[in-house]
Amino acid sequence: MIQIENIRKDFPILKRKVHKDKDLIYFDNAATTQKPIQVIDAISNYYLNYNSNIHRAVHELAEEATMAYENTRDKIVKFINAKSREEIVFVRGTTEAINLVAYTWGRQNVNKDDIIVTTEYEHHSNIVPWQLLTKEKGAKLEYIGVDDNGELLLDQLDKYLETGRVKLVAFSQMSNVLGTITDSEEIIRRCKKKGVRVLVDAAQSVPHLKVDLQKLDCDFFAFSAHKMLGPTGVGILWARKELLEGMVPFNGGGDMIREVHKYETSWNDLPYKFEAGTPNIADVVGFAAAIDYLERIGMDKVREHEMEITKYALDKISQIKGIKLYGPMDVAKRGGVISFNLGDIHPHDLATIIDEDGVAIRSGHHCAQVLMERLDVSATSRASFYIYNTKDEVDVFIKSLYRAKELFRL
Amino acid sequence: MSSADIYREIILDYYRNPRNYGKLTNPDIAQRDSNPLCGDELEMHLNIKESKVVDVKFTGKGCAISQASASMLTELIMGKNFEEVKKLSKEDILDNLGLHDLGPARIKCALLSLKVLKSGLYSYLLEKLKDTESADKIKEEASGLY
Repeated sequence: MIQIENIRKDFPILKRKVHKDKDLIYFDNAATTQKPIQVIDAISNYYLNYNSNIHRAVHELAEEATMAYENTRDKIVKFINAKSREEIVFVRGTTEAINLVAYTWGRQNVNKDDIIVTTEYEHHSNIVPWQLLTKEKGAKLEYIGVDDNGELLLDQLDKYLETGRVKLVAFSQMSNVLGTITDSEEIIRRCKKKGVRVLVDAAQSVPHLKVDLQKLDCDFFAFSAHKMLGPTGVGILWARKELLEGMVPFNGGGDMIREVHKYETSWNDLPYKFEAGTPNIADVVGFAAAIDYLERIGMDKVREHEMEITKYALDKISQIKGIKLYGPMDVAKRGGVISFNLGDIHPHDLATIIDEDGVAIRSGHHCAQVLMERLDVSATSRASFYIYNTKDEVDVFIKSLYRAKELFRL
Repeated sequence: MSSADIYREIILDYYRNPRNYGKLTNPDIAQRDSNPLCGDELEMHLNIKESKVVDVKFTGKGCAISQASASMLTELIMGKNFEEVKKLSKEDILDNLGLHDLGPARIKCALLSLKVLKSGLYSYLLEKLKDTESADKIKEEASGLY
């Protein structure tokens, strides 16, 4: 069991009130999580005490800043069990990581009539870059469908793989709408048999599940700091070293070069080849504090807590008459995300109403309009949990849903 | 404003039983728009005869505020002189809905229908009436609504 009261004390924002006197109940963690004081302190400590540009200068501040920045990279290597620090590229977030792959590896390797496979439950960030690429190349984009339980129809993957034209399968390890945990190892096993590359969008999974890249065996892996207690503006692209070596740079500029001459440039070593310009040093430093925080709790404990609170919430919410829930009901198959609709109340109206009780949820298409079409809805409401959420908060949320029903005379 | 003030009987009634819901077969004006932030969609059809709105319908998907606002707007402009319709303001819409002090996110829901209407008028002024000056003015108004 995690010591939730101690955890809550570390999050200053949880002390604030909303709508004058209501406790903040933050259930929008799939969008971004709150930050513990340790992360906030790490960022301000950087600016207060050793703010400096990294990698080049020889003065003491620069050395401290470089060490702190590179220290985060080492922590990430351990956290996701990567083979080496050369495979860890700092980017702005998951979106930039996927775009980096599409614009470099994709442009170099995807040709006319090739196929890129994604799924119906992807975030727009794992659809649009592939649309841009396949349109440019005259290639095709195909989708693995979603069944009524919110799980992928993997037979469809086999059908695409049999064509022999698939260059990449890109999928999210956990749906940001349904919470479905993808059977990633099975997909990767099938792709490997056919020699097909795999990109995993781990934005929703790394913050909540223990991930082991050596076991997973994918080729590209992307996630964001801000969904796992860290700051915004930092993300990670992990890719196999041999792939990164063959990829052309994404951005050209300082720090990514070895030598620049008038007409020719040679590239810096990995991973710096992909880190042009002054990076987001302060937030990379802050990210290390977030990783430390999660490791102190233990990812197994994080998952255990989320399963418990999700089960509690699912039990309560499913008793409300008129509720429609999306995604698997088995908490072993889903993360701490609950998407739902209540009667004919539009999610925006619902979110407005329960916000008055201090409950912050997300409403809308969640950047997953392809999935909304599949579910035949224009929007859903979504509550998503993290380590600081409690059953008492779920009770307030449920009570607030009943109030919404009353207001809508349901 | 509180939810109890927003979701009054009249708003819910227009949401659940929208007046003038549907499409016209050969509309003089057909305009569609969506709110990229929330995915709300709205399409308005109008017929204009002798400078009057003689028929108007809308279809759409969205929250109670956006759909009630669209329905009420169709009633407001039905039979109105074209000049009066051109002059409709943000305040007119909010007065009509009885909704003031909506937050910045939700005010867009209330004004989506007016934005669609103004954009439709823009095309009509430009293409059918060749009135570039009025068209430009209305385009500017429409873009200022969001």
